[in-house]
Amino acid sequence: MPSMTPASASVDVIAAPPAPRRRMGRGVRRFVRHRLALVGFGIIVVLVLLAGLGPYVSPFNELTIDIRHRFGPPFSGAHVLGTDQLGRDMLTRLEMAGRISLTVGCAAMVLSTLTGTVVGVLAGYYGGVIGSVLMRIVDAMLCFPSIFLLLALAAFVQPSLLSITVIIAATGWMEVARLVEAQVRALRDRDFAVAALALGAPDRMIMFRELIPNAVAPIVVAATLNVARAILLESYISFLGYGIQPPVPSWGNMLNNAQEYLTSAPWLAIFPGAAITLAVTGFNFLGDGLRDALDPRLDVR
Amino acid sequence: MSVYLLRRVGQSVVLLVIVSMIGFAIVHMAPGGPLAQFTLTPGMTQADLARIAHQMGLDRPVPIQYWEWFRRMLTGDWGRSYRDNQPVLAIIAGHVPATIELMLSSTLIAILLGTWVGVLGALRRYSVFDYLATIGAMVALSIPTFWFGLVVIYAFSVKLAWLPAGGMFTIGDTSFLDYLHHLIAPAMVLALVTVAIWSRYMRSSMLEVTGQDYVRTAVAKGLPRRVVIIRHALRNALLPMITLAGLQLPTLLGGALVTETIFTWPGMGRLYLDSIGYRDYPVIMGLLMFTAVLVLLGNLIADLLYAVYDPRIRLG
Repeated sequence: MPSMTPASASVDVIAAPPAPRRRMGRGVRRFVRHRLALVGFGIIVVLVLLAGLGPYVSPFNELTIDIRHRFGPPFSGAHVLGTDQLGRDMLTRLEMAGRISLTVGCAAMVLSTLTGTVVGVLAGYYGGVIGSVLMRIVDAMLCFPSIFLLLALAAFVQPSLLSITVIIAATGWMEVARLVEAQVRALRDRDFAVAALALGAPDRMIMFRELIPNAVAPIVVAATLNVARAILLESYISFLGYGIQPPVPSWGNMLNNAQEYLTSAPWLAIFPGAAITLAVTGFNFLGDGLRDALDPRLDVR
Repeated sequence: MSVYLLRRVGQSVVLLVIVSMIGFAIVHMAPGGPLAQFTLTPGMTQADLARIAHQMGLDRPVPIQYWEWFRRMLTGDWGRSYRDNQPVLAIIAGHVPATIELMLSSTLIAILLGTWVGVLGALRRYSVFDYLATIGAMVALSIPTFWFGLVVIYAFSVKLAWLPAGGMFTIGDTSFLDYLHHLIAPAMVLALVTVAIWSRYMRSSMLEVTGQDYVRTAVAKGLPRRVVIIRHALRNALLPMITLAGLQLPTLLGGALVTETIFTWPGMGRLYLDSIGYRDYPVIMGLLMFTAVLVLLGNLIADLLYAVYDPRIRLG
């Protein structure tokens, strides 16, 4: 069975069986799926634009403290989404936090996908002792709930943008490795790979020019879902105080203080959480749609 | 079967050794070790610190420390907590029930609610309900668990004042009712994820089964729809869910950890977080090993159960 992290579980559903009662069924399903993927893509674009351009438009700075206007409720006055416990503008903070959270999410995805792909292709191509040692390490790392691993690493490492990204990637490459290993093992003996070998192509060439391009579809899907996962993990460790450090805002560390003011200023908790949910939903929708679009098995039917 | 069992157990043991090495490496490579708590004590000299490090065995090379720890662990001595000097196994044993109870109750919700949603979605495929359930599950899996916990606290504890905001018992009250009252909110939060996952898999499993010959035969025999759905389809569709339950164990444990931290539920998750803050190496290692054993055992039991209930599967 494929990977089952919380973020990706909904889409790893065993492929639906054939014989739909209505012939239209598959078409409708794929259309809806693709529309969901479009919605997801739309959400991501909007969030990226807001995070990228929003702060330039905003009259406020995300770090400017204005103690006389603290706890300003949203949708009233100059601060559209209100102000936080130090009077800082929530909207601008959310946008700047979005830059951090989305960057960390995407960078962690790139790193974990690269690591997973390299480990998977080495294990799948060479097999034997190297292969089983690598894959046993993957199995062992998957025995820990990823949050346990992440916390152990996060608590012990000096937090910085880079270190957070690296440790999130360190807990997310195993599933990509498993997936790529299985793909490569299946592709290794196919004619095109054997032909390349017969032509005297070096191993490196066969792995990276012949095998990986043929396994790119599932890698792209896993990578998209990995962004969702990374954003969730970053928000959680930042919430606990081991992630992105204040005053730099991230969606997670904005929630860190919000718990105290839950009674008097609930918007401090609601907006950052909604932003995380929106971003993660976007990547999950997109990944799910990509899976449908790229999965060749669905075309056979 | 016994050969298969032996091989699986052997593989699990090998995995556990690798797990222990990875865990030990992560924990002990950390800067700012457990000595940090003593450095702030007034009058503490370098010589004192060195003596403490020596007494804790922290001045030896990490591989030797690992070997010492590993040797003792096999004999059942998992070390003592750096914090209160209690035996690690006893500390963990004290925190396991709370986590298990939380996990079981949310799994129960998932089995009841998720099965219902999944089966209905499969029977009315491509209906409005089915789409809403699909989209709903995906959104549910996108909500950060800790934030959902905050929202639940805000809604049910702050605004409505129906449920307590955390803990396991009201002080001075140890009745079962009070316990249930405290359990509702965390179980609900953890169930968000489990129900979403369970319903998705239940739907596919049900769809798989309804396409089978024996279901068609049952329908053709003229059995009532209800009987076919429950006796023929549902019973068989539930089978693969055993494996799913086993595979979902790490996710469930991770979710429980997050939920416990929000609701101050006195389980392994809270213990883990506290131990990390305190650099309590023996307890951290103990918890990592314990969860790994739990996860591997869960997978093994799931596979065996599956074989017991599905005679078509022959393990060998």
